[in-house]
Amino acid sequence: MGVIVLLIIVSVVVAGGFLIAFLWSVKTGQMEDDYTPSVRILFDTEVKLTANRAIKKKK
Amino acid sequence: MQVESFQYDNKTVRNFAIATIIWGVVGMTVGLWVALQLVYPTILNLQPYFNFGRIRPLHTNAVIFAFVGNAMFMGVYYSLQRLLKARMFSDVLSKIHFWGWQLIIVAAAITLPLGLSTAKEYAELEWPIDIAITLIWVVFGFNMFATIIKRRERHLYVAVWFYIATFVTVAVLHLVNSFELPVTLFKSYSWYAGVQDALVQWWYGHNAVAFFLTTPFLGLMYYFLPKAANRPVFSYKLSIIHFWALIFLYIWAGPHHLLYTALPNWAQSLGIVFSFMLIFPSWGGMINGLLTLRGAWDKVREDVILKFMVVAVTAYGMSTFEGPMLSLKNINAVAHFSDWIIAHVHIGGLGWNGMLTFGIIYWLLPRIYKTELYSKKLANIHFWLATLGILFYAIPMYWAGWQQVSMWKQFTPSGQLKYQFLETVTYMAPFYAMRAIGGILYLTGAIIGMVNFFKTMSKGTLEANEAAEAPALEKTYKKHDGEHWHRWIERKPTPFLLLSLVVILIGGLVELVPTFLVKSNIPTISSVKPYTPLELQGRDIYTREGCYTCHSQMIRPFRSETERYGEYSKAGEFVYDHPFQWGSKRTGPDLAREGVGNLKKSNTWHYNHLEEPGAISTGSVMPSYSFLIDDNIDTASTPLKINAMRTLGVPYEANYANKANADLMLQAKLISDDLQKEGIKVAPNKEIIALIAYLQRLGTDITKK
Repeated sequence: MGVIVLLIIVSVVVAGGFLIAFLWSVKTGQMEDDYTPSVRILFDTEVKLTANRAIKKKK
Repeated sequence: MQVESFQYDNKTVRNFAIATIIWGVVGMTVGLWVALQLVYPTILNLQPYFNFGRIRPLHTNAVIFAFVGNAMFMGVYYSLQRLLKARMFSDVLSKIHFWGWQLIIVAAAITLPLGLSTAKEYAELEWPIDIAITLIWVVFGFNMFATIIKRRERHLYVAVWFYIATFVTVAVLHLVNSFELPVTLFKSYSWYAGVQDALVQWWYGHNAVAFFLTTPFLGLMYYFLPKAANRPVFSYKLSIIHFWALIFLYIWAGPHHLLYTALPNWAQSLGIVFSFMLIFPSWGGMINGLLTLRGAWDKVREDVILKFMVVAVTAYGMSTFEGPMLSLKNINAVAHFSDWIIAHVHIGGLGWNGMLTFGIIYWLLPRIYKTELYSKKLANIHFWLATLGILFYAIPMYWAGWQQVSMWKQFTPSGQLKYQFLETVTYMAPFYAMRAIGGILYLTGAIIGMVNFFKTMSKGTLEANEAAEAPALEKTYKKHDGEHWHRWIERKPTPFLLLSLVVILIGGLVELVPTFLVKSNIPTISSVKPYTPLELQGRDIYTREGCYTCHSQMIRPFRSETERYGEYSKAGEFVYDHPFQWGSKRTGPDLAREGVGNLKKSNTWHYNHLEEPGAISTGSVMPSYSFLIDDNIDTASTPLKINAMRTLGVPYEANYANKANADLMLQAKLISDDLQKEGIKVAPNKEIIALIAYLQRLGTDITKK
């Protein structure tokens, strides 16, 4: 059953990688906002190239 | 803040969408064909290329890697760009990814009917294709991570996390499970043997379900379901929690495919515990998906896209409830090897993956083509055909599975098995026919969908490059001119870490696997000997023909099995099996002890049975293998195979490779002479002789003293 050692090492490395990713995400504030991201994805304002540019220039 | 203008790449999305639709219909058609082969075995098995054993893997590989795979890429390429407010890193890499993946699929569609197969479920493709998969997967991952790095949105939405987990874990699974020793250009032996191979295979197999069919689709659900409903996901917090829980638990669940087998008990228990815990994060996702529609159920009544998605998420909930239940030992003892499992996987495949895929295409195609869907009515017809198709598929199969197991396990009052195996096969015929009707309904729906999609595409024009604007990501550091490119990656710890993880794993595996695996393959039962050259060639025919798709080689320690098949299987009996052939489904009887006890048959019986199974066992659904009578054993490969086995630790004596073919002919002559006595004239160098030799060998070792 040598292979189980291999699988455990591989699995632990993967899990460890995810753990580091998790810690990183917490540290860098990825998890701080647990509401607005869910709303933000709903807004994909379509860019009408000409119109938008015009508005910006006015401003 | 500087607003940057850029463009989303819709062309790659469109290409993956077309590939999804076409390969979906192809994969489902092959599935229907395979299903009907069990109803009309003599008409629909076209030997050798289109026998059940060769095209069942074609069906599973096509629907998993071609249909679901392309759908995943379609959804990821669409949503990732918008979630990160950035175009994909490189159009060239996107193109290589797309065409590379299609080439791999074409290679699979050619090699599997040719019988080029590693005989490991859902990993049947031979080593050159395995390498191609690795390369293309890395292209995909690089393209994705590079896009993440140049994103304009600091927060990574939960879907992106799911995509990252998918990439990393599938890479690791594929590398570990595909560790094989090439013998010729299209033949390799798994590096692992027997129990070890089984454990690796199902560690891979279950995680393929987890990280190829589930995590990417959860990511897609978290993007496309809120989009289609135009409301935020029920609980973003829950989505984050269940993501981390899911990926930490899933990787340990594999052994539940091996309960009551020769796998050590503690490994089985480990698998059960994690499998059971999985119900919580799984249902977290399901509940989150459904509750996103709270207060919007009126929309579901109107909107066919939401209907598709609701059925998908419901199917996900059902199959992830069933999964943990099936992982319990007492339930697994009943359901394993039966048609119940076929129903279970199709709830997941047709329901979760299929319905979500179609929902996404209906939502996304009109958007990138700047038009309306060609026909809402046809989409509704598609929806109902698909939903009914799932029910018509699953219900007969659940019923069949239950019936089948009851018959397998039933004893008469005097303690005899009540049913011959063949009786349970013929009993299944009407269920298999009903299941095919479900498949026809689902496929018809998919074809109607295909027409609708192509009509929609011809109605509009693809906006290949969609304009978008977003403020640049606020830099937390100041870049100075002329710095080394590496500084760029050093500032991004996560992608760097994940990429290096893959690199480290490849290196680590190459070092580790050979050294300690070969040693641990040393036999524990002294009477278990390596296969003779003829048996080895016969075994390679067995794997080539995909016999494992219907026959298990694993007798579990139940009275109903030991009475029918003989002494239960021991771990030590499989130490020379590269790859293991325990199977996962008993459409035919177990063959672990085909060569001993009351199962032992004469060479003549095997010859006649392989030539025309229906003539020997009336009502058999096994295809004819009469071509084995004409085809010659590939004796040129014998020395190569013996040497490869020696490398893998099988104790053939040094230089045996040179003598192997002489031994092979000697043994073949004995069988051909024996057949001659019964009036069957067949030359000893024919493939059928090798296969008979292998079948006669099965399970005999432990009876030798």
